[in-house]
Amino acid sequence: MLKDEDRIFTNLYGYHDFGLEAARKRGDWDNTKAILEKGPDAIIDEIKASGLRGRGGAGFPTGLKWSFMPKESDGKPTYLVVNADEGEPGTCKDREMMRHDPHKLVEGCLIAGFAMRASAAYIYIRGEFFVEANNLEAAVQQAYDAGLIGPDACGSGYSFDVFVHRGAGAYICGEETALIESLEGKKGQPRLKPPFPAGVGVWGRPTTVNNVESIAVAPTIMRRGADWFAGLGRENNTGTKVFCISGHVEKPCNVEEEMSIPLRELIEKHAGGVRGGWANLLAIIPGGSSVRMLPKSICDTVLMDFDSLSAEKSGLGTAAVIVMDKSTDLIRAIARLSQFYAHESCGQCTPCREGAGWMWRVMERLATGNADVSEIDMLLEVSTQIEGHTICALGDAAAWPIQGLMNHFRPMVEERIMDYKNKEPAAAQ
Amino acid sequence: MPTLTIDGQEIEVEANTTVLQAAEELGIQIPRFCYHDRLSIAGNCRMCLVEMEGPPKPIASCAMPVGEGMVIHTNSKVAVKARKGAMEFLLINHPLDCPICDQGGECDLQDQAVAFGRGGSRFTEHKRAVKDKYLGPLVATAMTRCITCTRCVRFATEIAGVEELGATFRGEETEIGTYVEEALTSELSGNLVDVCPVGALTNQAYAFNARPWELRKTESIDVHDAVGCNIRVDCRGNEVLRVLPRLHEDVNEEWLGDRSRYAVDGLGLQRLDRPYVRVDGKLQPASWDQAFAAIKAVMDGTDGARLAAIAGDMADVESMLALKELFTALGSANLDCRQDGAKINGGKRGGYLFNSAIAGIEEADAILLVGTNPRWEATLVNARIRKRWLRDGLSVALIGPESELTYKYDYLGAGPNTLAEIADGSHGFAKVLADAERPMIVLGSGAVARDDGAAVLDLARRVAEQTGMIGADWNGFNILHRAASRVGGMDIGFLPHNDGRDVAGIVAGAGKGEIDLVWLLGADEIDMDGLGQAFVVYQGHHGDAGAHRADVILPGAAYTEKDATWVNMEGRVQQGRRAADPPGEAREDWTIIRALSAVLDQALPYDSLAQLRRHMVEVVPSLDAVDDVGPGEMGAFGVAGEVDAAPFESPVADYYLANAICRASAVMAECSRMYLHGADSTGGATGTDG
Repeated sequence: MLKDEDRIFTNLYGYHDFGLEAARKRGDWDNTKAILEKGPDAIIDEIKASGLRGRGGAGFPTGLKWSFMPKESDGKPTYLVVNADEGEPGTCKDREMMRHDPHKLVEGCLIAGFAMRASAAYIYIRGEFFVEANNLEAAVQQAYDAGLIGPDACGSGYSFDVFVHRGAGAYICGEETALIESLEGKKGQPRLKPPFPAGVGVWGRPTTVNNVESIAVAPTIMRRGADWFAGLGRENNTGTKVFCISGHVEKPCNVEEEMSIPLRELIEKHAGGVRGGWANLLAIIPGGSSVRMLPKSICDTVLMDFDSLSAEKSGLGTAAVIVMDKSTDLIRAIARLSQFYAHESCGQCTPCREGAGWMWRVMERLATGNADVSEIDMLLEVSTQIEGHTICALGDAAAWPIQGLMNHFRPMVEERIMDYKNKEPAAAQ
Repeated sequence: MPTLTIDGQEIEVEANTTVLQAAEELGIQIPRFCYHDRLSIAGNCRMCLVEMEGPPKPIASCAMPVGEGMVIHTNSKVAVKARKGAMEFLLINHPLDCPICDQGGECDLQDQAVAFGRGGSRFTEHKRAVKDKYLGPLVATAMTRCITCTRCVRFATEIAGVEELGATFRGEETEIGTYVEEALTSELSGNLVDVCPVGALTNQAYAFNARPWELRKTESIDVHDAVGCNIRVDCRGNEVLRVLPRLHEDVNEEWLGDRSRYAVDGLGLQRLDRPYVRVDGKLQPASWDQAFAAIKAVMDGTDGARLAAIAGDMADVESMLALKELFTALGSANLDCRQDGAKINGGKRGGYLFNSAIAGIEEADAILLVGTNPRWEATLVNARIRKRWLRDGLSVALIGPESELTYKYDYLGAGPNTLAEIADGSHGFAKVLADAERPMIVLGSGAVARDDGAAVLDLARRVAEQTGMIGADWNGFNILHRAASRVGGMDIGFLPHNDGRDVAGIVAGAGKGEIDLVWLLGADEIDMDGLGQAFVVYQGHHGDAGAHRADVILPGAAYTEKDATWVNMEGRVQQGRRAADPPGEAREDWTIIRALSAVLDQALPYDSLAQLRRHMVEVVPSLDAVDDVGPGEMGAFGVAGEVDAAPFESPVADYYLANAICRASAVMAECSRMYLHGADSTGGATGTDG
């Protein structure tokens, strides 16, 4: 269990003020100039050494990502973009960080932006986050007023601006290239890769897009050292992580914990356990709605980190743990997620546009049992026709929940179909 | 130059080539819907997914640049599965209404479904239906069939330069449309039909007319402007049902203006299908013999100086040559092919050609447009300028009437005085031209078809010379003609010679009784009232202004009905082919003149088209070089003189009604009403509007 002194987000629950003065008391902006004086390469090396992996879902090594930015300026701007369009169902960590601890993010923007030699940071915040955007904007203003960012940020001689941009509430705008399109004022549709944003990003300039949490932990890593961060968790899965526990638990919560904590321990220590006891557990979606669910048998032992969850054909994703006890109609639940993905598909590329709606409709019928058993295989095949064939990962995200359901609970689905046939033989004909 | 392996074959290609293009070089066809050679890459249909060794997922070959050592499989299990999947997804919400779809038989989706799709459908849910959109009178929509490939959006935005199409809504509710339900304001809108890979956008005028396999396809040349677009004429029986563009990289690429594409219904309306002779003030049907006799009665014994001939804008070289030789034999020097009165004389070709050639626009870095609206006068020249403009490093400036040209330009002034300032170097743009590597001036007929045209021409020549436009490997002095017949007419010298009269002189002479006979070879755009008491022979194909004034009508062939030669504004000699027969007793034009010459005892020395062409090439050797083009030799042209301060005026009042075929076309009339006279989509007839 994470010790209190190892916590990065010390105001995650908003017991203290979010403003600059309070943030300084918590250690933010403490001699940031000294960090900047280490130089961009030293910062990137430190982040690389810490083993920090991106907190937005894909888990790409953050230091490595920063190092893709051009080292020599061609005289034109480059950008850091912070993805604060947190829209993954079940996930609410960035929201709390920005509401209660926005200075961590603003300071992180400066350090990360400096390390990647960016001219400015754009924080693309989900439109629904009203209070969060207000607090963030206030924090940015406070930082400007205190000379922490802006021309000569923290007295380092480095000029750096931070802009807060509000999105309009499309899930797809959390995809990094769709976010860039949206930031440019266009319709939020993912771009083809290559070229990657590090080559051609916002307004055609090199850009790095990072999750809020990835950026917000950077200042603390720089202060306490890579070794400290790397000492938490397992190899290749280091540091602390904010988990969002929701669903059928006694006390749903956000909690910062050590990476690689056993799932069961996480739920029992922080969320008061599964409603009705661990034995009442049916399944857990461990990383936000788009990863495959895990049945209780796996949840008993699995560790909450990138590698162990992907070994179970699921994923850490955003670390949004959705707990479902035995009262849950899993098929109905997944059908609802399928509806979400069909609704949020941007409609640009064929497999996701056409396939997500198709899968949703089949799932709706499976939820009532009004289907044929052979349609389960068809549905799985359709899901693999989408998965990996789309421009962005939304296609995968639409396919995985269904695959997770069928991988572990196929008998339940077949039983529902049989029940329906028995109850309504006429309709089933 | 990276080397990669596709399906076991190694190939070395230019960097920045895509995998799909590299495969094409090897002759491997990768299916696609959204990809189009001339449009930006969207990568959204996912039909072109192929397997690449390395990455776990298949890649979109249309968007993936080649890399050294890449190994690509276009027919592996992964690739076939991806393709089959994309095909199935495209079809689940696509109506299987091929039997009532106009695209049937020439539909990419249909073809590829046969080649790559599943045998049957597994989709048992309800299919999506999408409300049809209104895109104007030319493009019919059936949006339920749309596969959202966005080719049309990209065409409108990139090529046509009108940002009026887009995708609204999201996911499976995505719809393509103009959002505001207004007609697309482009003269290139017909090309949307061509780029649409399915039956969502179809040719409104051709709707439910024919299946592609019923059509006889003839490759020919368009004459609605002087671009000389390459076209394919599709006929069923003797009826021209549609015209499609044909690929010619240096002329029209693969696009076609709406007038050229949609005016074809005019080929079946208002046709002159038999000779007429005016008797007691009324045109009466007559036989060819009677018509020739009536002409002979006037021509016999009349002094050549009292005869005149004017060639219209669509006349072909063969008939102009025959007419010229007949009139010359009769002693007439009153010949002119410049209906609009342009003050461009013959002489060395460089003085009247679009010397840089149309493809040369892509190399230009500064363009001065003078007295022209290229969008209306030569739509595809304008599209080419836009294409060049989309790349960096082009300055465009305009002198003359302002118009929306789909690219930004500096407006310098309205009339010749501004041109004079550039010529004497006092205007800022003179420096832009002088500093440019490949500067270009485009002189429209609005600049030269006026009384001081020769002086304007002289100014333009001075601009060209002083800014280094005319060099060994670059000639940026360009005349933008509007008439398909013009350059050919100038090449063969269908111009007043010795002291012959030009168009204005002929009309004035006829009005004053100094000309007894005026022969109009398809000329409808002159002042008919000014012809006074002169005996008018109208040889042409449509009952337009000329036929109304005529004393004898000789029914000729329209451009789709004859084997004939035209020379485009670049000086490119191109041959059109006979796709249909002229209606009724109408004949190919040169044969009419040849027949009459015998009646007049001046028999012309050719009895077949081959003989005429051999003779033509002897007289004008440049006509032998079919499809060859190069800058013309420069000679003396233009006359230094005072210019009038009056602003240049646009010579085209109505793009859609610019010639006799268009004026006969119901589709063009509708376009004119809609686009230029502000009628709304409902037609404006409310029952109470009079």
